[in-house]
Order: sequence, then C-alpha cells, then structure tokens
Amino acid sequence: MTVPSKDDLLLEVKNLGVRFAVKRNGFFGGKSFLHAVDDISFDLARGKTLAIVGESGSGKTTAALAVGRLVAAHKGEVQMDGKDFLALSDEDLRIARGKVQFIFQDPYSSLNPRLRAKAVVREPLDSLTEKTEDEKQEIIDQLFAAVGLRKEQQELFPHQFSGGQRQRIGIARALATEPELIICDEPVSALDVAVQAQILNLLRRLQEERGLSFLFISHDLGVVQHMCDTVAVMYMGRIVEYADRKSLFNSPKHPYTKALLSAVPSVKKRGAPTTERIAIDGDPPDPVDLPPGCRFASRCPLADVSCQKSEPELTAMSDTHTVACHFAQAD
Amino acid sequence: MAAPLLELENLRVELTTKDGAAPVIDDLSFSLSAGETVSFVGESGCGKSMTALAIMGLLPAGIGRVASGSIRFNGEDLTTASDARMREIRGNDISMIFQEPMTSLNPVFTIGEQIAEVLREHRNVSDAEAKSRAIELLDAVRIPNAKGRVNDYPHQMSGGQRQRVMIAIALACEPKILIADEPTTALDVTVQAQIFELMRDLGREFGTSMILITHDMGAVAEMAERMLVMYAGRKVEAGPVDQVIDHPQHPYTRGLISCVPHLLTELTDERPPLAEIGGIVPSLKEFGRNACLYAARCEWADAKCNSERPQHDVAKNGHETACWHAGRRS
Repeated sequence: MTVPSKDDLLLEVKNLGVRFAVKRNGFFGGKSFLHAVDDISFDLARGKTLAIVGESGSGKTTAALAVGRLVAAHKGEVQMDGKDFLALSDEDLRIARGKVQFIFQDPYSSLNPRLRAKAVVREPLDSLTEKTEDEKQEIIDQLFAAVGLRKEQQELFPHQFSGGQRQRIGIARALATEPELIICDEPVSALDVAVQAQILNLLRRLQEERGLSFLFISHDLGVVQHMCDTVAVMYMGRIVEYADRKSLFNSPKHPYTKALLSAVPSVKKRGAPTTERIAIDGDPPDPVDLPPGCRFASRCPLADVSCQKSEPELTAMSDTHTVACHFAQAD
Repeated sequence: MAAPLLELENLRVELTTKDGAAPVIDDLSFSLSAGETVSFVGESGCGKSMTALAIMGLLPAGIGRVASGSIRFNGEDLTTASDARMREIRGNDISMIFQEPMTSLNPVFTIGEQIAEVLREHRNVSDAEAKSRAIELLDAVRIPNAKGRVNDYPHQMSGGQRQRVMIAIALACEPKILIADEPTTALDVTVQAQIFELMRDLGREFGTSMILITHDMGAVAEMAERMLVMYAGRKVEAGPVDQVIDHPQHPYTRGLISCVPHLLTELTDERPPLAEIGGIVPSLKEFGRNACLYAARCEWADAKCNSERPQHDVAKNGHETACWHAGRRS
C-alpha cells in the first residue's frame, strides 16, 4: 500500500472527541465526563474501506456516529471535500448529509414497520434531494435491482422480508442519495452466516461499481480482514494501533491487537490452543476515572512501571503502521 | 464400547402451526458418550435449539411435542418421563446455558441466591452450606473476589461475568451433560476465548459431556470431538470434527465452512469473493416433505433431489451424509 496523496482523501478526521456527562458523588457532586472517544484521528481514501475494531465499550460505534453527526462531538474536525462536516449548518448540512449515509446493525429495528419497502428507500430522496417524482421512482427501481431485490417487492412491508433482505433494503436506502461515504455499523453481525456472505459480497461489489468509501465498524476480525484496506484498533476510546490491512494482520504490534487476533477461534487451530493464546484477564479501568499511563496496562502481559506512569503516543513504525505502545518495535 | 450416556433415536418433534403440524426435528438420531463434546451447527431455524429443548423437556407448552422416537438418558426414556421426574433431572443430571446472559438471570435475586437455589432444590443442603458452595463455584468459574461478589445482583456484573455465573449455576450439581446454546454469541472475542477455556477445563475436571450449539465453525473446531450439521430439522452430515471440516461431503456443510471469512495467518493482497449459499432456510411449511430440503439452494440439485429424501450413508470412520450427490466435487 502506498500512502494516499492529499487529493485521494475523502475523509480526514482530526482529534475527534465525544464525551458524555455522568452524575457522580450524589446530588451535590460535580459533573464528570466519560470520554467515549478521546482524541482520535484517521483518514479514509476514496473508494477504500477503513475498519474500526475493538470490544464493546471501546468507542468504535460512538466514533462512527460522531463522524456522521448522529452524536455530537465535543471537539475535533471531520474534513470532507475540504469542508469541516462538523461545522456545517442548515442548508449546507442538509446537502452534505446526502453524501454520508448509514447502514445499521439491526435490520429489524432500523426499518420503519409502517412504510412499504419503496417508501423506506424513498425517504432520503424526499428529504435530502430535489428530484422529481419520476426521477425518484427511476432511482428506486434501479436500486432495488442493484441490491438484488425484485421490482414487485417494492410494495411489501418490512415484516414480509427475511433479515438478509431487510439489510438489502437498508443498503438501498443508504445508496439512494448517491453518497460518497457509507458508515456501516456492524452491518452483518445480526445475520446468519450464509446470509452474511451474500451481504458482504454485495457491499464489495457496490463499492467497486460506485467508488464508495466505507467506514466499517465490526467486532468480527474475520469480516474486517475480508473487507478493509486499513484498520484502526480502538481500546477505551483511543486508537491503539492504526495500519494497513496486510501489516496489521501479518505483524500486529500492540499487545491488545495480538490478544484480539489470538482469541478468534479458527478451523485451523484444532483442540485447545491455550499455549499460543495471549490471555488478557484483568478488568479494564473505570472509564470515568482513568488512571494515568497506558489504559491497557491493567490487562497487558508486557506492562511494567513505565506503562503506569506515561501514556504511550501513537508512534510510526513504518509509513502505514502506527502503534501506541512503549514496547512496540519496528520490523 | 460402553452404552452411550444420551441416545436420541429417530426423534421427531412437531410444532403446531396454522398450516398444521410441522416437523421441526425430523428423524434425528445421535448419541453422546460420557466426557465427550458434540457440536450442533446450522443456520437459525434448522432445529438446533429445538433439539436442546426436547432433551431438556422444555418444548414450548401446547405447541411443541415429541411425535415419535426416543430420548434415552442412562437407559431411561425422557420422552415418557413424568414432569416430576424431569424436574429432578433438569439442573441435576442435565443442565443448560442459554445464549443471553443478560436475560437468563433473574434481576431481583443476588447471584449467590440463584446458585444456591439449584443446590437446595436438588441436593437438600442447608442455607449456609448452599451459600458456601456458591462461593466455591464462583471461585471455580474464576470470578475474582468470589466471597465479596456473592451478594451482587446481575446488573452489577459484566456480560462475561454473567455468563460465568450461568455456568456456575449449570455446574452446581455436577451434571453429567451440559447443553450450551450459543453460549458466547453475545460476548466479545477475548471474553469468548476465556469462557471456552473455562468450559473445557471444567468439563475435564467434572467429566461432563457437552452439547455445544453454535454457528461458528472455529468454535466447533476448538471445542468438539464430533459435530452434527442440521438443516431444516434434519441431520445432513455428522462425524468426527476433523473429518467433517477437512472433507465435508454435503454441499451445505461445505457452504457453511467456506462462506465465512476465516482469519488468515498469512494475509496476501488477494481477496476473492466469499462463497455464497444463495437463498434462505425454507419455511416450516416445507419441513417434512419427501425430498432434499436443501435442493432449492443447491447447485447440484436434480429431479431425484426434489422427489426423494436422501438416505444416510455411513462411512467406516463414522462420517455420515444425507445427500444424493455426497462427496461430489465441484
């Protein structure tokens, strides 16, 4: 992989932070904040896929929602086409929203049960574009064909579809405004394995045909490995490792990434692979009251005194691989 | 060879639907020996969980019933056992861990109380004994500071810890069989790895046989000795895990293995599209037809597949397949 030049970049996220106020110390206690996403930066090139991985509670979904302005960021920039998406308002924002669309995890609750399939796909066209009725219908017809649904299925309601078909409707809806960026939040984790493959193949085909960029959130490392071009690994709101696909999976540097990869059960590892598995047993720290130093130190097999004192910065190991660990070494 | 601990013979379970009785489990036979782990795989709606519920005598009341066949545990037929006898067996000889650790614990009782309940029910112990045993069990499932946490409520624990509590409850009476229905689906991979390790260790320690229901072939490969692939209520392939994963004979098994993006150890730039199994599992109406129910999704299907149910071919190594085109390549 080569470093993409400035012109190829669709998205540049700089120092993004999202915090939630939490009540502590009873009624008169001060407010404290939970930093769900804490000062993260990444870029996404046009036509490529960036995957964010991590366990539940790592902040991966919040980060993606903040990029699409579905939760408010308290700091940072999301540069898209030379404009800060987070600073837009009114009409500029409405137009820009058409360029950023979502595919959600749960195909059951993310479609309005009272709307026919064609109305679901039509909604973003109504609210984000100025197309005529005929143009809208043409787009809907063409999208149904593109995601592999039949024309007569446009008249059905969501409950008449299977999970995989519903996710196809969700994808058609996301494509309706011809977006450049699609944020896929665990798009296949609610689906059966056989249907998962159909949806993943569809997403990759659409990406190729339409030059889409994906911000892909998943906890399934097999799926991430198949879909991504670059990967950001998040832990407790921070990016701990950020690299291109091949170097992340072939030579992971952060002990957390290594532990994640070794935890995936595989058809290749028969019997109990306890010897090669990196156990991370301890508990993660309290997210509201983070200790100084590395957030992973309490569970890290390598941690020593220095890790409890100073927090490691993201450091470049190569052009396309950065890691936040005191012990990381370049190849 | 000793008689198997659990033996299902030609089991047929019917669910009453508005279109009549549908066989959600159709002519299923399998056996489980002491200390062995068998895994059930297949998509949702193929009868994996129903099999578990049938063994436990927990089929949905009024809707589901065992229509024919037998479930023999230690020689005793559970399909004809009384409710009182089933209550003795459940939790004591055969116990189960469910998929959702969030919803399968009672939120208004402490976890210690929920473990103690099983012991009082089956073991006739005093409250004090039950409590101290509960602490031992929490310790056995590696919950740190077991003594301090025994009075915690489920909401005070993480997902992984709740699943450990479920395992503690399931193992409280040292059952002979543990049925785990997708025990780690709701959990993170690192937690999943810990739970699997725990189940393996405890299974070895107590000599418990396990039935692991999952859709994750990786989990099957790591946990089980034998596996059984179910499709639309029928067993389509079964055998030793190594055999079935390395040489799948049924096109459905082959599809299940190859449609998942497995984590590669040596990653290259190449990324071929995933193998797809087109279509979805047939609806309950289709179940029970005298035909191969996979035919609609199968690339090899011909007239015979659509008119006659395939017979089970059993090879010498115990690898059996129900497919008219078993073993065919490409």
